[in-house]
Amino acid sequence: MNSKTPLIHITKRSDIPVGRAILIRVIAIAAALLLCGFLTTLLTGLNPIEVYASMIRGSFGTSRKLWNLLQNMAMLLCVALALAPAFRMRFWNLGGDGQALMGCLAASACMILIGDKVSNTALIIIESVAALAAGAIWALIPAIFKAKWNTNETLFTLMMNYVATQIVAFFIIIWESPKGSGNIGVINQHTEAGWFPSIGSNKYLLNVLIVIALTLIIFFYMRYTKHGYEISVVGESERTARYIGIKVHKVIIRTMLLSGAICGLAGLLLGPGTNHTLATGIIDGRGFTAVMVAWLAKFDPLVMIITSFLLVFLQRGSNEIATAFMLNKSFGDILTGIILFFIIGSDFFINYQLHFRKSGRKEAK
Amino acid sequence: MFDFATFIPRAISQSIPLLLGSTGEIMTEKSGNLNLGTAGVMYVGGMCGVIGAFFYENSPGKMNGVLAVLIPLVCCLLGSLIMGLIYCFLTVTLRANQNVTGLALTTFGVGFGNFFGGSLIKISGAEVPSIILTNTSNFFRAKLPFADKFGWFGKVFLSYSFLAYAAIVIAILAGRTLKKTRTGLHLRAVGENPATADAAGINVIKYKYVATCLGSMIAGLGGLYYVMDYTNGIWSNDAFGDRGWLAIALVIFTLWNPVSSIFASILFGGLYILYIYIPTGTNLAFKELYKMLPYVVTIIVLIMTSLRNKRENQPPEALGLPYFREDR
Amino acid sequence: MEEKTPKLSMRGITKRFGTKVVANDNVSLDVYAGEILALLGENGSGKTTLMNILAGIYYPDDGEILINGTPVTIASPREAFEHHIGMIHQHFKLVDVLTAAENIVLGMNEEGKLDMKAASAKIKQICDAYGFEVNPAQKIYEMSVSEKQTVEIVKVLYRGADLLILDEPTAVLTPQESEKLFAVLRNMRDDGKSIIIITHKMNEVLSVSDRVAILRSGAYICDRITSETNAQELTDLMVGHKVSLNIKRPEPKDPIERIRVKGLTVKNIEGINKLTDVSFTARSGEILGIAGIAGSGQKELLEGIAGLQPIESGTIEYVHHDGTTENLIGKDPLEIAALGVSLSFVPEDRLGMGLVANMDLADNMMLRSYRSGHSVFTNRKNPEHLAREVIKNLEVNTPGVHAMVRKLSGGNVQKVLVGREIASSPTVLLTAYAVRGLDINSSYTIYDLINQQKERGVAVIYVGEDLDVLVELCDRILVLCDGHVSGILDGRTCDKQTIGMMMTHIGEPTEEANDEQ
Repeated sequence: MNSKTPLIHITKRSDIPVGRAILIRVIAIAAALLLCGFLTTLLTGLNPIEVYASMIRGSFGTSRKLWNLLQNMAMLLCVALALAPAFRMRFWNLGGDGQALMGCLAASACMILIGDKVSNTALIIIESVAALAAGAIWALIPAIFKAKWNTNETLFTLMMNYVATQIVAFFIIIWESPKGSGNIGVINQHTEAGWFPSIGSNKYLLNVLIVIALTLIIFFYMRYTKHGYEISVVGESERTARYIGIKVHKVIIRTMLLSGAICGLAGLLLGPGTNHTLATGIIDGRGFTAVMVAWLAKFDPLVMIITSFLLVFLQRGSNEIATAFMLNKSFGDILTGIILFFIIGSDFFINYQLHFRKSGRKEAK
Repeated sequence: MFDFATFIPRAISQSIPLLLGSTGEIMTEKSGNLNLGTAGVMYVGGMCGVIGAFFYENSPGKMNGVLAVLIPLVCCLLGSLIMGLIYCFLTVTLRANQNVTGLALTTFGVGFGNFFGGSLIKISGAEVPSIILTNTSNFFRAKLPFADKFGWFGKVFLSYSFLAYAAIVIAILAGRTLKKTRTGLHLRAVGENPATADAAGINVIKYKYVATCLGSMIAGLGGLYYVMDYTNGIWSNDAFGDRGWLAIALVIFTLWNPVSSIFASILFGGLYILYIYIPTGTNLAFKELYKMLPYVVTIIVLIMTSLRNKRENQPPEALGLPYFREDR
Repeated sequence: MEEKTPKLSMRGITKRFGTKVVANDNVSLDVYAGEILALLGENGSGKTTLMNILAGIYYPDDGEILINGTPVTIASPREAFEHHIGMIHQHFKLVDVLTAAENIVLGMNEEGKLDMKAASAKIKQICDAYGFEVNPAQKIYEMSVSEKQTVEIVKVLYRGADLLILDEPTAVLTPQESEKLFAVLRNMRDDGKSIIIITHKMNEVLSVSDRVAILRSGAYICDRITSETNAQELTDLMVGHKVSLNIKRPEPKDPIERIRVKGLTVKNIEGINKLTDVSFTARSGEILGIAGIAGSGQKELLEGIAGLQPIESGTIEYVHHDGTTENLIGKDPLEIAALGVSLSFVPEDRLGMGLVANMDLADNMMLRSYRSGHSVFTNRKNPEHLAREVIKNLEVNTPGVHAMVRKLSGGNVQKVLVGREIASSPTVLLTAYAVRGLDINSSYTIYDLINQQKERGVAVIYVGEDLDVLVELCDRILVLCDGHVSGILDGRTCDKQTIGMMMTHIGEPTEEANDEQ
């Protein structure tokens, strides 16, 4: 038209080939890594290639490191698997931390209180049930209010995290050992009562196997079951759900019970399954990281394997560079943040198309 | 005996970061942006202030009071502005999911704060894991000289630093702007119904950017107040805690009104420190339970707000939704 | 007229959405001062897109716009205002929680402080000049549809527009309100303003416009001076081929009572009555039309029968073939189905209620049937099969059974929904605004489907907005007015004017209202 014609014009894409979408993601991650490398050099004066190499070493360097990576992936993926059905239902469960922590608390309570009263098998069963139930209850509370009065679940679940933290802090003081130390130490250190068994000599293998099984279960649950279908319908449109006779509040409560129970499982695997103790920080913010894992994978459990790998790799890797180059561990969070920004932003180029006007009336892609 | 004359000033100074955070978040949300990254923004605001103050304190020469305040202030505003810009670029220009962007911003912001916090601690070679900026803090905490002459009245109303009064003024100004001015009217329209605002000739993108960036800068000041006033210039990693999240919760509590946020923040500030004032004897465990209070109250407030159905009490209608003019 | 410079010219306008949809293809159009131009075209013909380009909502891919002979760019709504172009959109662009006056001054950059008093005075002045009634302090969400529309028009005039675009302004108005609107439009035309009115209602085109421009599939076809043309010619031009404007109405075959509603009262969340003491019967093999101004309780009535709406008082009885009855009150859709009542419902909000926009055709077919069987897994074979049947029988234009419903056009979406709903061989079929937004061909497909159901002995309840269609299609017509039954008329003998009157005035039993048992 004339000189006032806008330079860039945005339109919505109707479709994009899968290959193209993957390419855009890959470009985004590559760009993010470039920027991160540049920032690393700028802030620390280190050679970014060396830094990345050491990140890779930190994740894959030794078999111990590799198992560490797998264990952390499994734990993060476990929480993400819990969140995925809730998110698919458009229920923003930011309470993964609290739900897992309550699970860990319940399991620890069993170990401490009845550790010497029942057989080890019975104890493991009891503590597992308790952990799943505790996580489920912690998720049930906000779910009921969401279902009944549409109470904002984002902040509700978030606040439940802090309440859980304080409850755990309360019990830690009650059970602390030795007295005055402010922590519990290893529970049942001598009897190992309630500890999850190791497969062979590998203390992480059982956790990893459990989470692999869970991934498949959640994948089939969400994609092929009637429950999974109901979750999708409720998430897409509550009015459609009501129209076809789905009891929306029932689905919300059922799904959150599941979500909370799986979070409780994560707490169980982190407590009796791995660390054999209870601490307010034992979940280590996985409830939040898992939000990213689930969202980046668009709530597909199989894709979540990749996204949880990406995030754990970043964390493990930056821990490694932190120790190797005497940096602060939080450097990893900065890098993670930047990479997330790029991935989040890259969605735009998948959903929209830019048109640049060259001159006059011609336009090009 | 419960000592109100010491409790209230502490509650108020505890409330100021919450007030600044929630005022900033209200401005942001009024434009239709739900910024869950406020925690990260406040963290970065505080850290940038610390960086500015650290280098000024460690520069040779005598400290000048005006510069000692101005440098951290400008650094803080710049840092939080950049956080606001990142958020806007992703959610407004690139139309990304606001919840996820907010969480990523928090990850980034907390990482940023702790990284530089850790680095500065290393540079300063301190024994304890914190940065001590008492000199700068003293300038920030300069009080009205005559406050002491008024007894308890002075203690409760006049004993605060300029940032605290600024926070209250900002909240009142923000409230007035939203209610009485053309800009406020336009901003509310953008948050309620961006398509309508756009059709009425309001630059939706500009309003979202400006409101969100201003909101971030206001929230960032909350971080600065926390480190310069509340902790007397001592930065420790992760000490800022969950204040950012409470500030977001306060927004719902106040029904998007910055003026009621003044009182709500003081209430929350009080709840936050109440455990110190409640006698529990030697039983430390119960103190931990009392620390739960602000969160439990937030939950109760959330529930109560959801029970009120009045039209004016609802969040901005387009909150959390990206806007694309040519959506069909 | 032709020698004058047009006030506005659009030249070679082209607008695409995505790579496949061409909404406007090289369209050229002139508008002169002091005329009412009707822009006529089927849904999807590109009328609204073309006008949105004028209003600065969309930006054209190609072409130019001239105002009084000078080329201009309209890159945003603000620039449209600067050229004195104002558009009243079909979906009102008003902020619900703000007052009328706040909405009217929204986006204006007048000098000085925001002065609501001065604004209110100016609004009053505009209202007096053209005969509007607006309470500047009233909140939008408290207003009726026609009040909202008035606010929209005042808003545009307040900005000094002298080219007004109205997108289907009468879709939500009663015949009487439409007449009032037309009188105002004529006033404005005589005042020298240019008015473009988008519509597909033929009688309105003929009564209000001076000239008609016709679009078809995004392309400009031709224009006609209104006084020199007629409905049949315009329809043929609009559709592109000869069409018969008659709707079939077979005689009902031994109708028996199927649904008995007595004293039905429904309140909304705020406790205000949406339906008050509504009583009627629906019979098998018959189409019962429901007429009324938008929001008079049609939605609550249908949702009440379908088990989606809490009922305050009253009874809804379903009569089985053997004469036994079931009370449907207090039952949800599942419980109703469990009673052996086969009830189908085509709701007004197709993508927000009837279907899931982000699921494919097969999954949408599954909405009704996914519960069947005892397995915890869903059966995907049958829905896929049904989707194929519907695509074949109703000629749905789709890339396949796995295409997302949201990517289909309005007519095809409706075919999918109706196809699914009649697949379960219902005995009662509820439809709300079944042809809204559909082009003429799709509309007639839907009328045929409804008539087929009627001939199968289904009791059809048809909520409609186009009175011309209601009086041609329905056997009986129930008129709602503000949640009350204004009367029930015989579809074969009643006329539009009577219905229009009854839509705004409760009661007034006329001779036609003799159909109640």
